[in-house]
Amino acid sequence: MNVTVAGVSIEIDDHAIITGVDVEVGSGTLHGIVGPNGSGKSTLLRCIYRSLKPAVGVVRLDGSDLWRDLSARGAARQRAVVSQDASLDMDFSVRDVVAMGRAPHKGLFERDNAHDEELIDAALVDVGMAWATQRLVATLSGGERQRVFLARALVQQAPVLVLDEPTNHLDVRAQLELLELVRGLRLTTIAALHDLDHAASLCDMITVMQHGGVVTTGVPSEVLTPSLIGEVFGVQAHIGPHPLTGRLHVAVAPLTPTPQPHHTEVT
Amino acid sequence: MPSPRNADTGAAGRVERPHLVTGGGFAALLIALVVALAASLLLGIAVGTVTVPIGEVWRVLTSHLPWSHTTISPVRNQIIWAFRTPRVLVAAVVGAGLSVTGACLQVLARNGLADPYVLGVSSGGSLGAVLVVAFGAGSLGGLGVNGAAFVASLLTLVLVFVFAQRGGRVGPTRLVLAGVAVSYLMTAATSALQLYIKPGELRGVMFWLLGSFASARWDDLGIPAAAILVSTIWLLARARSMNVMTTGDDTASALGVDVHRFRIELLVISSLLTATAVSVAGGIGFIGLMVPHAARMIVGPDHRRVLPVCVLGGATFTVLVDLLSRIVDRPNELPVGIFTAALGAPFFLLLLRRTGRTNT
Repeated sequence: MNVTVAGVSIEIDDHAIITGVDVEVGSGTLHGIVGPNGSGKSTLLRCIYRSLKPAVGVVRLDGSDLWRDLSARGAARQRAVVSQDASLDMDFSVRDVVAMGRAPHKGLFERDNAHDEELIDAALVDVGMAWATQRLVATLSGGERQRVFLARALVQQAPVLVLDEPTNHLDVRAQLELLELVRGLRLTTIAALHDLDHAASLCDMITVMQHGGVVTTGVPSEVLTPSLIGEVFGVQAHIGPHPLTGRLHVAVAPLTPTPQPHHTEVT
Repeated sequence: MPSPRNADTGAAGRVERPHLVTGGGFAALLIALVVALAASLLLGIAVGTVTVPIGEVWRVLTSHLPWSHTTISPVRNQIIWAFRTPRVLVAAVVGAGLSVTGACLQVLARNGLADPYVLGVSSGGSLGAVLVVAFGAGSLGGLGVNGAAFVASLLTLVLVFVFAQRGGRVGPTRLVLAGVAVSYLMTAATSALQLYIKPGELRGVMFWLLGSFASARWDDLGIPAAAILVSTIWLLARARSMNVMTTGDDTASALGVDVHRFRIELLVISSLLTATAVSVAGGIGFIGLMVPHAARMIVGPDHRRVLPVCVLGGATFTVLVDLLSRIVDRPNELPVGIFTAALGAPFFLLLLRRTGRTNT
């Protein structure tokens, strides 16, 4: 399933957050959105998960207008989300939270059936959280929670997956595991990423955002150049093969050379 | 309101079974609650200024079945059928309504402190009622006390809604703040009015403000009963969406809930339930706040379980509390609001100690 974002602008309280954004995500590709804080990545994603309605422009899933042609429920059967907002006011267990992913497939009064249970079990195994089904989500570590939220998105059985900075709060190993897992799903995936190195090594395509607009879109090796990274992120970058994996690798450092620490002699 | 929590809570925070009733115990709990409600209704009818044996209560009640030929003394019939039966039924319905409303509003406002009165609906209703008591029925277009309370409750809600929305969207925090501010305004007006009321009528006003079922008659039962029945079925059909709403607006949107529409639907349901409750029983506090929390502590946060427990538990609790308000100072009656807190708070605090996670 393709995702098309065409000419989307969002204003919040008369303040333009993103303007004229175009992104085309091909079926089955992992598409990274990168950009500094406040560049509009999350706002763009919130349009795709139907939380913000664009004032101008359309979001299409395989040609269906997300707002005009699809209901909230209908859209939720097409695209699943791991968002940044995670309110945990209630004592839901891991299993309860994952089961919520079945909500868009359920009618009024309908109960979970054997098929739902199988999907929930499988998703918990996939994300490595099967050991914790009865635990309260609120008692899990940040990384464990993130995996539970991914499992919830998986049981939605949607062809499109939207991830808003999915590696936040994760340790380095968990970050790599989660991204490899997502990549292995071969869903149409749109992910806002902070880590340029992750974006470079894992994404099929990258869109760079700045000041609420798209700077450029393309394959990582063409888009992520030292000059563009310098311009958009204000850091100097070295780009080359990763010493361990051979994949595209981005190393960054501050633009102005860091003063070397002085070792003053104690007299 | 989302509270910051440590990512790593350590072993102490890891409660495996935080709820008292899990899995198959739920059916047993529901049966127990139905029995408790039936028993408390019978007890509520039997006990009062004059105590009637349960067997006699049963004979009077069954004599009203269409096929019954039993003859009953008119005095007994008057006490049991005309006064106490509608009274306990209204108490049950109001208790169920306030509890369901509390559960609804805690989801709507995403705030555990939300209750039917946080939206100012009760203080608005009280103002309407006190206006009629102070200046007579003419002051609000000929409405009686109950009618004035109902209309004033709904008008207050419109006022709160106007301030709580922005571009048609209702934010949870804004809703609570607007409700609290409007509530203070209404309370101030009510307090000022009390100064102009004849001393003889002040007691009646106090009963209104603290809530009472003393004046409940059969006529008061229909509308609240229909409201609670329709609302509960409606909410049970959407219990999954209520669960999803607790996880945040973005997640709820992502899971297929039209967040803004659903919030307005919950708002309409809550306000109608509160307005009907306030119009027949005045401002009974604490039930709407406490019963939903108690229900969650007992059966967990899933609203498919919470709502039925709220209906049955809220009804039973309110019937028993009303009973206490009649017998503690016999033959005088005390406002029921005093006992909802006096009886409810210790029970609630006990539950709070026994259940839930350690870092809440």
